[in-house]
Amino acid sequence: MIEHPRADELVEAVSRWIDGVRPGLPPRDAFLARVAVNVLGVVRRELTQGPAAEAAAIGRLSALLGHEGDLKALNAELCERLQSGEMDVATPGLLAALKANITEQIAIDQPNYNPEPDR
Amino acid sequence: MEVDIVATLERLAPTLGGTGIEDAQRLSGGASMETWAFAVTGGDAGRREMILRRRSAPFDEETSRSVSLATEAALITEAGRVGAPVAPLIRLCQPQDGLGEAHITARIAGETLGRKIVSDPKFDALRPKLARPCGQVAAKIHTMNGQGIPLKTADVNVEIERYEAVYRATGAQRPILELALQHLKRNPPPVPTTLLHGDFRNGNIMFDPDKGVAAVLDWELSHYGDPAEDLSWICVNSWRFGKADSPVGGFGDYQELLDGYAEAGGVEVPLSRVLYWQALGSLKWGIMCLTMYQSYATGMEKSVERPMIGRRVSETEIDLVKLLEAGL
Repeated sequence: MIEHPRADELVEAVSRWIDGVRPGLPPRDAFLARVAVNVLGVVRRELTQGPAAEAAAIGRLSALLGHEGDLKALNAELCERLQSGEMDVATPGLLAALKANITEQIAIDQPNYNPEPDR
Repeated sequence: MEVDIVATLERLAPTLGGTGIEDAQRLSGGASMETWAFAVTGGDAGRREMILRRRSAPFDEETSRSVSLATEAALITEAGRVGAPVAPLIRLCQPQDGLGEAHITARIAGETLGRKIVSDPKFDALRPKLARPCGQVAAKIHTMNGQGIPLKTADVNVEIERYEAVYRATGAQRPILELALQHLKRNPPPVPTTLLHGDFRNGNIMFDPDKGVAAVLDWELSHYGDPAEDLSWICVNSWRFGKADSPVGGFGDYQELLDGYAEAGGVEVPLSRVLYWQALGSLKWGIMCLTMYQSYATGMEKSVERPMIGRRVSETEIDLVKLLEAGL
C-alpha cells in the first residue's frame, strides 16, 4: 500500500480545487460543485473513520445476535429478526447498539447534523 | 402539448381584469407541474401579481396521491372561507383558456424557505411567536368542509404498507428503518377523518415578518386523516434546518403549536400522537431518500446530487432511534 499521499489526502486536494473554482461557475454548476465538495467530504471521512466504525459495528451486532459474521450478513440477519418480530424495541441492548452504530455513520455522512434532542 | 404561456396569458388578460400582462417568468418546474409568476396590468385595480400553476403531463386523479388542480382550487376556496390564510383563487382555467389543467391565484408576498425562516435576522423578532399561529391555522384548516371535493382517506396502516412496499423494493437492509416500520405498524393511532392539508411544513407555509403566517400553499396532498399528521409533519427534524432544539419547523415548541391548535378550536391532540406521526414522517423521508439514491443506482438520474441524497438516510435513522429511545 502506498503511504504518501494517502487516498484521503488526494480526495482533500481535489475538494480544495473544486472549492477554489466554484465562485466563478454559473449558479447551477456552483450548486453542484458545492454538492461535489460535500461528496468528497463523505469519501474522505469514510476513508479515515470507516474501518474503525465498521469494526465497532461488527462487534456490536455480533454481541447482539450472539455470533460473529461479516457486516452484511449480520445486518441482514438483524433486519430479518426485526421484521419477524423476534426482536423489537424491548430487546435488551438493541437500541443502544443501533444508536452507537448510527452515531458513527452520521459522523461520516453529515457530521454537522443536529439529531433529535433528548427529551 | 406545447403551449406559448406568455401569449396565452396575454389573451386571457381581459378575463383576469386587465388589458395585458408583464414580467411572466417560470418559477419552478417539476416533471409534471409548472409554476409561473406574472402581473396583470391595465385594469381598474392597477398591477396585480398572480401565480399560474399548470400540469404539463397527463394525470389520473383516481390513482394519484395528488389531487387535480380543480380539486386544489376548491380546497383553496374552502380554506379561505373558514379563515385560513391562502393565496386566493382568481381563476380555475377552462378548456377555452388554452392552458390545459391549470389555475391562477393571487401572488402573496412572504418567505417559504425554511432555512431563512430559522436564521434570517428579519425573522428574529417574529420567530419565537410562530408556532402558535401555525397551530391556529392548522385548526382552521381542520374545520374545512370537504363536501363535493373528491379527497382520499389515508389510513395509517395503508400508508405504512405503501412505504413498506417501496422500502422492500429498494432491496436495502437498514435495521433502524425496519425497527421503526415494525414498531409503527404494531402501534397504530386511531384514524379520525379530518380534512387535512397533507403537506403542512416549512416550504408550504409562507411567513411574513409583519403578519406571521401569510398563506398556506400547495394543497395537492390534501386528504382525510388524523389531525396529528398535519401537526407533526412540520416537526420532522429534517425540516428544522439545524435548529433541532426547536421542534416546530426549527422555530417553536410542541406546546405552543398544540396550544394554538386548541385555542382555535382544534380537538385535543396528545403530544404522543404528534411524536408517532413525526416518527412516521422521518421514516417516510428516509425511504424517499433511499428511492432517490435508487434512481441514481439504476442509471435513471445522473446528477451528483442524487447519490448524495442517499447519505441523508442516516439523519432519519438517528432521529428515529432517538424517538424510539424516548419511548415513542
